[in-house]
Amino acid sequence: MSRRERRSVVGAEPVGPYTLLRLARGGLEPGAPGQFFMLEAPGRLLPRALSLCLAPPRELAFLVDPVGPGTEALCRLEPGQAIHVFGPLGNGYRLDVERPLLVGGGIGIAPLPYLAEALPGAPCILGFRTERHAEAAALLPGAEVVVDPALVTELVDPSRDVLACGPEPMLRAVAERCPSAQLAWEAPMACGYGACYGCAVEIDGELKRLCVEGPVLEARRTTVHVGTREIAA
Amino acid sequence: MMLNASGCLDALVAPDVARQLDAFVTKTITPLPREGNAPPRIAETAHGMLNAIGLANPGRERFLHDHLPRLRGLGIPVWVSVGGFCAADYADTCAALDGVAAIELNLSCPNVDEAADGAAEIVAACREATAIPLYAKLSAAHPDVGAVALAVAEAGADGLSLINTLRGTALDPRTLEPVLARTTGGLSGPSLKPVALAAVHACYAATGLPIVGMGGVATGQDALELIACGARDVALGTILFSDPGAPARVRAELADALNRLGVASPDDVFARAHHVEKHPHTRRKVTA
Repeated sequence: MSRRERRSVVGAEPVGPYTLLRLARGGLEPGAPGQFFMLEAPGRLLPRALSLCLAPPRELAFLVDPVGPGTEALCRLEPGQAIHVFGPLGNGYRLDVERPLLVGGGIGIAPLPYLAEALPGAPCILGFRTERHAEAAALLPGAEVVVDPALVTELVDPSRDVLACGPEPMLRAVAERCPSAQLAWEAPMACGYGACYGCAVEIDGELKRLCVEGPVLEARRTTVHVGTREIAA
Repeated sequence: MMLNASGCLDALVAPDVARQLDAFVTKTITPLPREGNAPPRIAETAHGMLNAIGLANPGRERFLHDHLPRLRGLGIPVWVSVGGFCAADYADTCAALDGVAAIELNLSCPNVDEAADGAAEIVAACREATAIPLYAKLSAAHPDVGAVALAVAEAGADGLSLINTLRGTALDPRTLEPVLARTTGGLSGPSLKPVALAAVHACYAATGLPIVGMGGVATGQDALELIACGARDVALGTILFSDPGAPARVRAELADALNRLGVASPDDVFARAHHVEKHPHTRRKVTA
């Protein structure tokens, strides 16, 4: 059940170029891996959609990439400050898979730590642009890590049940090799609960709201093609 | 009475939000289904946002047979927003509607290319087609919205919805290319409030019709000011995106704001902005 509450910041720690933002959980449920929350971005009109990264006891933790004014404001939060948080929202990963393989690229590794807890022992491969970005692999102990120019998609075993999140080109490459993979996409979202119609992308051959249908979708259902990095102009 | 602005809430997906309202206004329904515009469709701007959804809707037939019965099942009054590309489009949909509280004629969407017939012509055609209360949703982009309001009033409108979004463009600062696939979108959010206040003030002065005021309402004070300009009812739009609890919150804040003014009801401040003659020699005549 999704709820909106004002939650205190417990910690905001750098993880490579990213920030792990930890909030007091309060009455919010963590939801299923791959689901997301709308986080108030201080000083901005619209909240930002972030998938849950980790659910420590009494906390919710989000991995934030400062790519625009909203995510930068989230990264500047300090313990004791509070923001409104709404969620969990959308549809997460199906966990009824026999041979899971977690695949993440860049900030797209965000939902994988929480997913890995739900699929203990599942192998994980991660790709990053730089060694500094790759420091975030510490959130997934035991993961195999590649850094550009090596591509994570070259390591994907198509016989496995792939659960992935990452940039659009990576997801499309995974989709070509694994049509049944579960892929977590992103698109500009103002609301996260089906009100704004801003996140409509082509799903099953027609424009549908990603926040209602996804964000996790079977690979053959969509290729998204949005390309913007933050909702702010 | 508090409503949502058309296109800012899906009551079937978020019934708990809709139930905080006194009536739910649908997304605009056109005769044929519309997918809407290609993504990206939205962008945050300074003090506002742009949307170029493009009247995405299931079309009249599917709306009437699938969506409307389910909306009625929510137990709140339903207003249907009607759109089209000629007067007959609007009138045919109005004629097909039954058992709804009101019809809002969307005469002002900034996100479609097709030119509509004149606002008064559309209202007159719809007036012939239905006895359901008709609200004309007008654009504040018109240089004399009061004159448009008077024209639709004379054509048979029972009320006005003011305002719709205003056309704008946002550029990606890195590439200097438009963020929205369609280049332009409708501006909404706090930056609209002064425009909405002016339009409501002008249209109330021109017609005295009941007005649903909207445009940048985020607090009870915003709602109060629209009421003071002549809005009988208030609708919430962009604020619903960031705060699905906004209807209940704004309602409580409005009650607090009225208390601070020492009045009991919104009726006590209704159109108050028209009563003060700061500059009697330049004051526009109030015909209401």
